[in-house]
Amino acid sequence: MASCVQLLGASPSPYVNRVQMALKLKSIEYELIEENPHIKSERLLKANPVLKKIPVLIHDGEPICESLLIVQYIDDAWNNGPSLLPSDAQDAYLARFWALYIDDKNVDFQWYPLYKELREAPTEEARKEVLDKIFEGLVLLEKAFLKCSKGKQFFGGDNIGYLDIALGCYMGWLKVIEEMTSIKFLDRSKTPGLAEWAEKFCSHDTFKEVVPETQKLVEIFKMVQGRGKPASG
Amino acid sequence: MSEVKLLGTQSSFPCARIIWALKLKEVEYEFIEEDLFNKSPLLLKMNPVYKKVPVLIHIDKPVVESLVILEYIDETWKHNPLLPEDPYERATARFWAKFVDEKCVLSAWEAVKSEGENKKKAIETAQEMFEHLEKQIAGKKYFGGEKIGYLDLVIGWTSLWLNAMEEVGGMKLLVPEKFPSLSEWTQNFIRVPAIQDSLPPLENVVNYFQVGLNYLRSLSANKS
Repeated sequence: MASCVQLLGASPSPYVNRVQMALKLKSIEYELIEENPHIKSERLLKANPVLKKIPVLIHDGEPICESLLIVQYIDDAWNNGPSLLPSDAQDAYLARFWALYIDDKNVDFQWYPLYKELREAPTEEARKEVLDKIFEGLVLLEKAFLKCSKGKQFFGGDNIGYLDIALGCYMGWLKVIEEMTSIKFLDRSKTPGLAEWAEKFCSHDTFKEVVPETQKLVEIFKMVQGRGKPASG
Repeated sequence: MSEVKLLGTQSSFPCARIIWALKLKEVEYEFIEEDLFNKSPLLLKMNPVYKKVPVLIHIDKPVVESLVILEYIDETWKHNPLLPEDPYERATARFWAKFVDEKCVLSAWEAVKSEGENKKKAIETAQEMFEHLEKQIAGKKYFGGEKIGYLDLVIGWTSLWLNAMEEVGGMKLLVPEKFPSLSEWTQNFIRVPAIQDSLPPLENVVNYFQVGLNYLRSLSANKS
């Protein structure tokens, strides 16, 4: 009997995109059930009563929550396609550690949320301070890329893996921010490895067929700014 | 020359998690006590990003962040598995571990720090978090089932360390009448030989949290 896989989510959300990328890499058929992250449906509250957030993967009726945990679940539960996490314990550790860093909610280490801070910086001085922090983070990620990729094109080596997905999901929104600020964040002169990786990742079907096009995201961003609500869930 | 070293502090519960895991896996290790107010060059070299303990050093390579270290230990030493084998049960254990660190620990600490009306609200919030754990343990001896596992090690701080937090914060969070199953679990947990043998003295942990609280209060006094 074929398993039933549903994903509660919204396509502009990078966290939902992570799960979609993992499902695609494993060639798993699923039904995307669009949820409005700001109006929590009964279905979402039943599937994720503790955190009430998307994405939620529902596999044969059982819910799994939290994007990176769902990606690990997909890797554990389906054997088709290459593993998303490396088999070597030290390599798997590096992938998990850097994914944690990317998602870190601790105010001293936030990387992705810094982009919001950048937009809202009240003075030129404050803006420069945030930009410095962002580039510091990118330099760290460049080092991580060089270590994890071992000369290959992705963090996962020859194939897209867990850490590629963890970081790559943000590339759509990163392009929106680059367009709006006229700043090139993934700069070949500063972080050549990462810049090359982003180009390869963004031309891969895993990204192209999952993440909405930049112009669509810009429209969504402008619409949401108009409503005064946060851009992504 | 030990193949496995652990940089940590005796009173830190993230460090305790790693000690417990290594003991359950029967892995020999060398414990190196760190002074967190005077971090060693080794710590700064091994954990340049976060500069925190615990740091597991295995064949000279560092592994940091307690939940990630637990996964590394489970994957490197495969006997006495910590994480469940079933993918759904693994995902569930990981979910609750993340919830514990992101919600339970932080809300408990918030209740320690707060004063007056804020303290009352903080206690209520923390107890709401504990209700989820109460539901998860109800009817089970351990979170891992018949034997302790990954999630038991992660929630282990609710035994001795929570007592210490309650003493420092002048409040009671884990009220047995409200949380009978979780309270019973803490008693079962600390009786497990590998755990019992590695618990630090309560007064050390009380002191550790008191020092931490005083430090935080001095930081915010300096800011205002």
